[in-house]
Amino acid sequence: MTLEICRKYAPNKDNLIQILHEIQDTHPQHYISAAAVDIVAEYLHVPANHIYGVLTFYTMYSTTPRGRNIIRLCESPPCYIKGSDNILRRLKTVLGVGTGETTKDGAFTLELCACLGVCGNAPVMMINDDVYGDLTEEKVEEIVNKIRGAK
Amino acid sequence: MAKQVNVFIDGHHLEVPDTMTIIEAADKHGIYIPRLCYHPDLPPTANCGVCVVEISGNPTPKRACCTPVTEGMKIATNSKKLRSYRKTLVEMILSNHEVTCPTCSANNKCELQTLSNNLGVDPDALPNILVKQPVDNTSLSIVRDVNKCIACGRCITVCNEVQTVYALTFADRGIDAHVDTAFANGMANSPCVNCGQCTVYCPTGALRERSEVDAVWEAILDPEKHVVVQEAPAIRVSLGEEFGLPLGTVTAKKMYAALRKIGFDAIMDTNFTADLTIMEEGTELVTRLTTGGKLPLVTSCSPGWIKFMETYYPDLADCISTAKSPMSMFGVLSKTYYAQEQKIDPAKIVSVAVMPCTAKKFEARRPEMRDSGFQDTDYVLTTREFIHMIKEAGIDFAKLSDEDADEGMSFYTGAGTIFGATGGVMEAAIRSAYTLVTGQELDAIDIQSVRGLVGVKEATIPVPGFGDLRVAVAHGLSNARILMDAVREGLKTTGESPWHFIEIMACPGGCVGGGGQPYGNDMASRARRGLALYEEDASLPVRKSHHNPEVARIYERYLGSPNSELAHKLLHTHYFKRSVYNGQITEEATHKHH
Repeated sequence: MTLEICRKYAPNKDNLIQILHEIQDTHPQHYISAAAVDIVAEYLHVPANHIYGVLTFYTMYSTTPRGRNIIRLCESPPCYIKGSDNILRRLKTVLGVGTGETTKDGAFTLELCACLGVCGNAPVMMINDDVYGDLTEEKVEEIVNKIRGAK
Repeated sequence: MAKQVNVFIDGHHLEVPDTMTIIEAADKHGIYIPRLCYHPDLPPTANCGVCVVEISGNPTPKRACCTPVTEGMKIATNSKKLRSYRKTLVEMILSNHEVTCPTCSANNKCELQTLSNNLGVDPDALPNILVKQPVDNTSLSIVRDVNKCIACGRCITVCNEVQTVYALTFADRGIDAHVDTAFANGMANSPCVNCGQCTVYCPTGALRERSEVDAVWEAILDPEKHVVVQEAPAIRVSLGEEFGLPLGTVTAKKMYAALRKIGFDAIMDTNFTADLTIMEEGTELVTRLTTGGKLPLVTSCSPGWIKFMETYYPDLADCISTAKSPMSMFGVLSKTYYAQEQKIDPAKIVSVAVMPCTAKKFEARRPEMRDSGFQDTDYVLTTREFIHMIKEAGIDFAKLSDEDADEGMSFYTGAGTIFGATGGVMEAAIRSAYTLVTGQELDAIDIQSVRGLVGVKEATIPVPGFGDLRVAVAHGLSNARILMDAVREGLKTTGESPWHFIEIMACPGGCVGGGGQPYGNDMASRARRGLALYEEDASLPVRKSHHNPEVARIYERYLGSPNSELAHKLLHTHYFKRSVYNGQITEEATHKHH
């Protein structure tokens, strides 16, 4: 599977970031395993320790298994001023997990991130590829429950 | 083409090439700019910011390690503002550092300690925010203590760029950035080859050898045990500098005296088995040359190189000499030949090796190094650990009177002693292989073309009756790659290797630059220690391994002849293929002769 993804790209180290994204996005647990890194390393002729450095440098990548839905709440100053810490507290209560943790049913992983580029709608979060703005404590609970129900 | 430019550092007018950085120009002219992450042997990483200087016309200070000089540049290195900057930087580093100087292995050698002291840093300026992390104790050779790490990145540079081993990397970012192995699996589960160059370049005590000092003291104090010790060639030229003697003083006889004072029961010498290695490896070379065997033959003394070969060049494993390293030959013989000669139960023998090397700790514990029926070499002490024991025992090393080693496995020739410098094994082998092929003695035995610190060296030696013997020497593993890639390519395309015989040492400079050598082990001191070995070689009465009388004696009384059945059983080994991801054995690469 990992090798098939690699083969879509030229064996050139410039493609590392794209390959890692695709591996992560297509994995049901949204992460990149050590075994996958070994395969990418061999394909691109890039040492595994370098890939690990890249993986841990960028917060979008995860080296540990995550939930089906990834919540990224912005912790940059504009969102903070507009109350993102209250949102975080509510998310933790609703989900029953701390930052960086995954719910027991494997549905959600809660993460913090830097600016998502929509400060006009602060506080902001992303769930997977969707952006949710102008958050309130009530609104986040609604969003989470809706995704839970849809499943 | 570099052109000369005029720069002014603290008012001094200097003319320097424009390829230099400010710190290089200052160093060359004896102006010391405080620094922490910069090391003259390594490319700058500009991580710490301590080397900041003020340049006229620039609104903010610049890092001297990575700012090139330009024409007319006016530089101030020591203003009030710079002193304050540097102090703050070091105070911040100390606030996230485990400050245990009195008991730290790097005490008195630590560059952070010295710098803090020189700058008059206030240790209480900032609260300590260190969150203690577990120490990486997985490796048989190297301990990595992230609590003492200042994230200067030197270990990463040396591991990835100088040695191309690719074990260490920066992980995470910002305040969480730290040195780690891939997936934080630990040094033992990485491609680390145990060369220990990271320990040599670490400015603090964050990287050090796994100490075996306590175990050795215990063996020495046990009256039931007969503790035998061997010392590698490089040790005798690396001790003096630690005890106030000039760098590169040959102290073999003081070394024996110190070992006797410490309490070892029999003091012999790895140089003896270096000569023996030449007989075994030289015979192997001549056999391969004259019977159409696999070429090139590549030396096998350097355990960092061996693990590197098993990891990155296992397809060439049948090119590697099957001869064990001098240390492992000594280990196995100490519990067989020596035990038999001295009528000592080998179970009571504890075999200790003093090595300039961290990888030897790994080599000694390879499961195949048990041909005596025991672990052949019980303990390996680095030069640093040996120095520690000398100090712990309160021995005034510089004032020791000369003493001789004990007989049996200690006589050595000039060929044996130059094993400690890059090119030395090659030179020693040529001195004897020439005789093995031609039956004549080689007269011009100083083979200058394989000496010195050029990364890759080549020579052609005319051997009557054979033709031109083409040889190559590499030290430092990135240089080893140059030779092995050429061999791999040659064998693949033409079926022939560009060279007949290759010497490879994992560490830059050879063993004198080993990962177990005293801190401050820079290229300049490696060069001086290497020269000292050649000086000792020139001063010795016997300079060819095949003229070593104790070597002749061991063949006569015990081994028979070089490459005999018993020699193969005890003195030769085989190799494995290893994963490039975790360094673990995946399969056998060659088989042991029986």
